[in-house]
Amino acid sequence: MKSLQQCAGERILIIDGAMGTMIQRYKLQESDYRGERFKNYHTDVKGNSDLLSITQPDIIEAIHREYLEAGADIIETNTFSSTVIAQADYDMQELANEMNTASVKIACKAADDYTRRNPEKPRFVAGAIGPLNKTLSISPDVNNPGFRSVTFDEVVAAYYDQVKALAEAGADILLIETIFDTLNCKGAIFAIKKYFRDTGKPELPVMISGTITDASGRTLSGQTLEAFYISVMHAKPFSIGLNCALGGNQMRPYIEELSQIANCYVSCYPNAGLPNTFGEYDEQPHETAHILEDFAREGFVNIVGGCCGTTPDHIRHIADHVKSIAPRPLPVVETALA
Amino acid sequence: MNTTNIIKPYLRLSGLEPLVVRPETNFINVGERTNVTGSKKFARLVREGLYEEALSVARQQVESGAQVLDVNMDDALLDGEKAMTTFLNLLASEPDISRIPVMIDSSKFSVIEAGLKCLQGKCIVNSISLKEGEEKFIEHAVICQSFGASVVVMAFDETGQADTLEKRVSFCHRAYKILTEKVGFDPQDIIFDPNIFAIATGIEEHNNYAVEFIEACRQIKQLMPLVKISGGVSNVSFSFRGNDVVREAMHSVFLLHAIKAGLDMGIVNAGMIQIYDEIEPQLRELCEDAVLNRRPDATERLVNFAETVKAKGKTVEKDEAWRKGTVEERLSHALVNGITDYIDGDTEEARQKYPRPLEVIEGPLMAGMNIVGDLFGSGKMFLPQVVKSARVMKKSVAILTPYIEEEKKLLVAQNGGEIKSAGKILLATVKGDVHDIGKNIVGVVLGCNGYDIIDLGVMVPAEKILQAAREHEVDVIGLSGLITPSLDEMVHIAREMKRQQFDIPLLIGGATTSRTHTAVKIAPEYENGVVHVLDASRSVTVTGSLLNKALHKNFLAGVKDEYVKLNEAFRNKKPVKQYLRLADARQNKVPVNWETFQPVKPKQPGTHVFDNYDLGEIAEYIDWQPFFIAWELHGKFPQILSDEVVGKEATRLYNDAQAMLKRIIDEKWLRARAVIGMFPATSNGMDTVTVTAPDGAEVPLEFLRQQVKKAPGQPNICLSDFIAPATFGKQDYIGGFAVTAGEGIEQWLEKFRKDHDDYSSIMLKALADRLAEAFTELLHERVRKEFWAYATDEHLSNDQLIKEEYLGIRPAPGYPACPEHTEKYKLFDLLNATASTGITLTESLAMYPAASVSGWYFANPQAKYFGLGKIEKDQAEDYAQRKGWTLEEAERWLRPNLEYDM
Repeated sequence: MKSLQQCAGERILIIDGAMGTMIQRYKLQESDYRGERFKNYHTDVKGNSDLLSITQPDIIEAIHREYLEAGADIIETNTFSSTVIAQADYDMQELANEMNTASVKIACKAADDYTRRNPEKPRFVAGAIGPLNKTLSISPDVNNPGFRSVTFDEVVAAYYDQVKALAEAGADILLIETIFDTLNCKGAIFAIKKYFRDTGKPELPVMISGTITDASGRTLSGQTLEAFYISVMHAKPFSIGLNCALGGNQMRPYIEELSQIANCYVSCYPNAGLPNTFGEYDEQPHETAHILEDFAREGFVNIVGGCCGTTPDHIRHIADHVKSIAPRPLPVVETALA
Repeated sequence: MNTTNIIKPYLRLSGLEPLVVRPETNFINVGERTNVTGSKKFARLVREGLYEEALSVARQQVESGAQVLDVNMDDALLDGEKAMTTFLNLLASEPDISRIPVMIDSSKFSVIEAGLKCLQGKCIVNSISLKEGEEKFIEHAVICQSFGASVVVMAFDETGQADTLEKRVSFCHRAYKILTEKVGFDPQDIIFDPNIFAIATGIEEHNNYAVEFIEACRQIKQLMPLVKISGGVSNVSFSFRGNDVVREAMHSVFLLHAIKAGLDMGIVNAGMIQIYDEIEPQLRELCEDAVLNRRPDATERLVNFAETVKAKGKTVEKDEAWRKGTVEERLSHALVNGITDYIDGDTEEARQKYPRPLEVIEGPLMAGMNIVGDLFGSGKMFLPQVVKSARVMKKSVAILTPYIEEEKKLLVAQNGGEIKSAGKILLATVKGDVHDIGKNIVGVVLGCNGYDIIDLGVMVPAEKILQAAREHEVDVIGLSGLITPSLDEMVHIAREMKRQQFDIPLLIGGATTSRTHTAVKIAPEYENGVVHVLDASRSVTVTGSLLNKALHKNFLAGVKDEYVKLNEAFRNKKPVKQYLRLADARQNKVPVNWETFQPVKPKQPGTHVFDNYDLGEIAEYIDWQPFFIAWELHGKFPQILSDEVVGKEATRLYNDAQAMLKRIIDEKWLRARAVIGMFPATSNGMDTVTVTAPDGAEVPLEFLRQQVKKAPGQPNICLSDFIAPATFGKQDYIGGFAVTAGEGIEQWLEKFRKDHDDYSSIMLKALADRLAEAFTELLHERVRKEFWAYATDEHLSNDQLIKEEYLGIRPAPGYPACPEHTEKYKLFDLLNATASTGITLTESLAMYPAASVSGWYFANPQAKYFGLGKIEKDQAEDYAQRKGWTLEEAERWLRPNLEYDM
């Protein structure tokens, strides 16, 4: 079977679309989230999407399968918030590990099934590592700019647990995504390096995907795109890219810039446009696909897919539009100045 | 579009913004005042918890030009870890400070670790060393690496500090090998500090320290070219504490030599460096002697001199001799030295001396700034000093501005009318570049000449520039940049201007820009005017010409012409592609299995003429995309109608086009005529196809073959490859067509001309072109299904037709597959085209009416469109022989395709 690296060398890879958007279609209620096991849980858990990997595994698997059917080469585990820090919102810190393990198993089951059916197109499972709901560079208290609600060591500990669970359950890739504070991302990178140093296992490929929040072209923590990339280069990532906050049209200049400066593969999975006044995404599958096709033709990208508001239909169109376009070649990394 | 990028092994750092250390990056100033060991004031502020004020020390460092901020909390009375954490967290909320990278400076690694946990950017750790042995060194390096930090490595080993040349180099090399081979550091992330020690101390062994440091820089760079070198510069003059005149001179002399040898950065107080050329010559000589250890009595002589300076008083008297010069000299001195003390009076004096206030700017101020530019360019001035110079300049200009305004008003009062802007100019230093002196001068000069200046400042991304250009409806965009990567950014902006359909001219300026680069790289990306402006004084004439309606066109045409020539001259120097000999190219023809291939005999051979073809039916075959391109609206149809930028305009145009098209059809403005024909043909196995004309005559058609060396498995194509060779004894066929939708157009164009209605005139021409193409598409389909009938079961949508998904091709003489135009005569003769359709050929083989198309039909399923590309002399000679031409004649018709110089 071809490795991820081999596949990326040959063609533009497709990463799946939104998990949350698809979950919303099921119109799940509090009781659905709780399932049998948590029916008497002491706090509301509706909205804790990652919990569904434990209570509604069939739904999560069905969503994965829809994306695989649509042509996704890489599917993301349902673990965006599966850390002790993020799960504190639902008082479910203890369950973070179990969520990670369950989510990877579900995704691997679906992906392996599709790989078996067509070994020519192997599917990969990316363990999704979200940004946390607490930030290391920004004070939550405007009157006390030096204050931090979490420490670097706590962030590293939380990510270390998640990385360990994802890797041990069998994820093929670790994907740090939706990064709006680079220092949080550096905590995740630190945890990943530490985990593989501690265990001596071969390192999994790491995908890094930042978020440019608006037309300022900066991350929420204030860095320009190039500054962000420089700050995470030491992860020696498999890919660097952008996702969320913007639609493809708004991402164009930043993806173009990344394609120039990145010494690894470049990924791009935008939202389905900007949300309308109701917070819904209107961009149609062929529109998103058209934008990403343009990026592909320009030689900007290696991995494309969707974020908020995208659906299997979007992914199908995207896959179709980029299938015959050559991926961005890896740059030549020189080792001498002259 | 897929060009491979090259990533250079530069040291890359970041705060909120990137700092990339390139070979052309001048010496990097590390701000030193946020260091409790070096600044008593900062130490006190931190100790007393006055962090607000401590931050202002940092801010002042950034403002005075520090590119990296050194933060040191090593004070016995402080909890270093806590102070470091508090200060860096506070720093993170000050974007004007945290935009530059931090250098975490501590001799305690726990303090360094505390700092690393606070910084989102890629910082520098200062420092680690082999002092405590290899194991500790590796442990610390691994932690730094996990945070992505670069490291300063002090030249120490277990036995102590390197104090000789040999030790400096060997200690560094040992650390290098451990870091790169055992820890996996990138060499460019290693910064060596090979120990700057005090010289001229009176101790003889110290005399050669500076020389050895400088030589160590050279050898370290030779041995390990990617590493960086840093140092505490003020150490060198330590023995002259209290005598700033001498210290500043020593720093300056030392830096000049050390930077040349490879010193990249240093902890420096920018205020403590004298400008090399401004050092009093005797003192400079003495410093050179001491730094370079040129004579045994150097220290003694320098000390003696220092005494005389000291004797003038403890608070060294500022040298005010320069005040005795002329006002021009004084202004120049103030600019070069960044002195604002007297600028008000001097500016006023100059204003009274010169007839017009503007002349003060164009004269003495510009002259002074030119000196600054030269000194900076030759490495004798550093960025912070240049920033100071610019401040003096701005101050002076501010004094003059009201007088300039006054003068303008006076002119208006005398001549009537209102103050009218001569035009709006947008200026910006491109993304990634902070150099704006040149740009500011251009802004001032243009502003003085009555232009409205919209200055976006520095580090401006393309998006922002173009958005502002649109918002302010500017007439010209001017880009500036000093560093090499800015050139690529300018190319990018030009490309974006094209993509976003700008039509205003683009001016390129700045130190690294050049006419050649503009001509070769930028001008070809944007067709509405790219002009390289050498300097600020040229900017006035260039802008004037561009914004003058009468001059605009000729001026741009002249520049374009010049750039095309420069571009060609440049490209001609480049290595050429490899070409095959014609005989070898013929061997590599398209492989068609003629043994098994059965050509389809046309169902209705001979010629067929069409007249007054139904325009409504034709219109259904229109490909709209080229229509929009004709109007210079680029984008895919129909998406272009809803395009964010041009959608509104495109939709309006499309509606107008539909309205006119309806009238064209309903009122029969145009007469669609065509002739098609299918004739028996054979190839000679090479590049000639022989056709049997309706009258039985044998007509040889001569084609050209691709000669560029192809990838393995790719043929060198010639159209004749798609016709069965005579040797196989199978009857093959070729077709031809001539189509027009232009007859009758003149009377309408004339009418529009009389009405001064250019819009309708252009619209009609564009529509007639589309109809001719659509008619061609329609007839080709009928040929495939009906007349030749080799694809009777074809069912293609108009989209699929546009995408050329049909079987067979219809290349046109004069176009890429068969670029030689004169073959059109044979086509027209075979079809009797002029008599059948009214299309005539001009002497340069253009068709009249213009809305006409002609070409060949090839039915072979392997036939495909291709471009001939360049050909070699052997093919030109062969072609001349086949056509019965002289070589010169052949070369004249083939000129655009000739690979060689005639």
